[in-house]
Amino acid sequence: MQNLKALSYKLRRDVIEMIMAGKAGHIGGDMSVMETLVSLYFHAMNISPENQDDPNRDMFVMSKGHCVESLYAVLAEKGFFPIETCIREYSQFGSKFIGHPNNKLPGIEMNSGSLGHGLPVAVGMALAQKMDGRPSRTYVVMGDGELGEGSVWEGAMSATQYKLDNLCAVIDRNRLQISGTTEEVMHQDSVEDRWLAFGWNVLSVDGNDIDAMNRAFDSARATKGRPTLIVANTTKGKGSGVMEDKVGWHHHVPTQEEYEQIMKDLRAREEEYSHE
Amino acid sequence: MNKITNRQIACEVLAEHARTDRDIVVLCSDSRGSASLAPFAKEFPGQFVEVGIAEQDLVGIAAGLAKCGKKAYAASPASFVTTRSYEQAKVDCAYSNTNVKLIGISGGVSYGALGMSHHSAQDIAAMSAIPNMRVYLPSDRFQTRCLFEALLKDEKPAYIRLGRNAVEDVYEEGNVPFEMDKATVVTEGADALIVACGEMVKPARDAAALLKEQGVGATVLDMYCVKPLDAQGLLAAAKGKKLVVTVEEHSPFGGLGSMVSQVIGANDPKKVINLALPDAPVVTGNSRQVFEHYGLDAAGIAKTVRENI
Repeated sequence: MQNLKALSYKLRRDVIEMIMAGKAGHIGGDMSVMETLVSLYFHAMNISPENQDDPNRDMFVMSKGHCVESLYAVLAEKGFFPIETCIREYSQFGSKFIGHPNNKLPGIEMNSGSLGHGLPVAVGMALAQKMDGRPSRTYVVMGDGELGEGSVWEGAMSATQYKLDNLCAVIDRNRLQISGTTEEVMHQDSVEDRWLAFGWNVLSVDGNDIDAMNRAFDSARATKGRPTLIVANTTKGKGSGVMEDKVGWHHHVPTQEEYEQIMKDLRAREEEYSHE
Repeated sequence: MNKITNRQIACEVLAEHARTDRDIVVLCSDSRGSASLAPFAKEFPGQFVEVGIAEQDLVGIAAGLAKCGKKAYAASPASFVTTRSYEQAKVDCAYSNTNVKLIGISGGVSYGALGMSHHSAQDIAAMSAIPNMRVYLPSDRFQTRCLFEALLKDEKPAYIRLGRNAVEDVYEEGNVPFEMDKATVVTEGADALIVACGEMVKPARDAAALLKEQGVGATVLDMYCVKPLDAQGLLAAAKGKKLVVTVEEHSPFGGLGSMVSQVIGANDPKKVINLALPDAPVVTGNSRQVFEHYGLDAAGIAKTVRENI
């Protein structure tokens, strides 16, 4: 079995390389959401380059599309495209590797970027899977600032109306958005209570703990009659003290000095976890 | 006088196909009655999705269904589905290239005295400006049937505007010239070209009849395919004409008139007059009264042609 803890830090380094080469990217959210994506692609979901056209594959929507760099790193690790190509072409003129997911690239189902779109789309996917009696599931990852979009709550209503227990949503609860903390900008606490009130099964876990995320996805799969929301409590910029929990790192491109320190910190964590 | 609305025909065609095609799914936002889709919902509960009053959810869900192989037909008042959920149409349907057909019901000023909130005089401009979104305004029940039969065969997004009220027939049962994305020549005359879409085709045809009595020959082109506009058909019909008049139930900006003017201006420059609703909330009244008031009825169209030829 792969060491997913160490892998999460190796993929963080890929993201940093991408952002340095492209001189752009949403670094803070990329770092916070990494364990969620690694758990999805290497534990929870039935998806690979081999079955990407199989109607029984699991479906995924990256609703917080601005953190596409982390998705690129995970998809590359899954074998959808070479990471070298991605790092070389990301954000370059004429590239398919743009700053938000687009389905001209293998492994990406839906284009996103504008917040609040993913949950309704995922509801439609999960409904189709139910209509066709498929064994597959649908997953969607949102940001916590994204919850300000009303369409999220329209989707939340319809998911319970149709008892979509094959749908699992994740909120990357890093508690920061571009202008400040979520509680200052537009309060979300208690996010768990809000989704419970909408009728969802709600799990609140350490979103930077890969084992906790794996268990949460297993628990979601076992839940019948209603969709599951996993509140992944994370740290924005997770992996290096240079950027952790700092609002300015929403889309900051590291200086050379910062880059060197971040890579050193990420390598140290990877090394530490590789012995577990 | 025909009593069958275009929306009823859309429902009929979808139901006929849904009996053998389980992938056809109809979605409504508390709009099944207004859309004449209640019979569909009753006959095919497993292929009908009610989302409540939530147009963003309506279009997003339709896109998700389509991504998983469904042929999604989302029907909601044109005023709401083209602007409240505009971004879902842009991103989830057009940009992601999902097989979603957005049906704007009670389009234009169909809702009459309900006012500007319920009028869709911006839908052609809004939807046409989205790459990979097509825009169709069928003129009568026979053409509506042909259009839906054609749409069921493709897998691309489209927006279709249907009026609320029954409209008089432009074509005849068994004699409906229709080719997908090609404008239909309704009647031919030598002097002027009248290009119309949707509910404006019938008054345009009646205007041509009036003009004929007065010794002016007018060709009427039914441009139900506003996007992709049939430029070839338009230029062929405009050839040798002294004047082009466009007629639409829409804002004067960004609709049929704008698009026709672009093509004529670039390829066969001549005078083009755009008849449209005003750039203002329209006068209170039913569709007939509103059209008459703004010169969008047969007499008004004929008058514009006569005065400008």
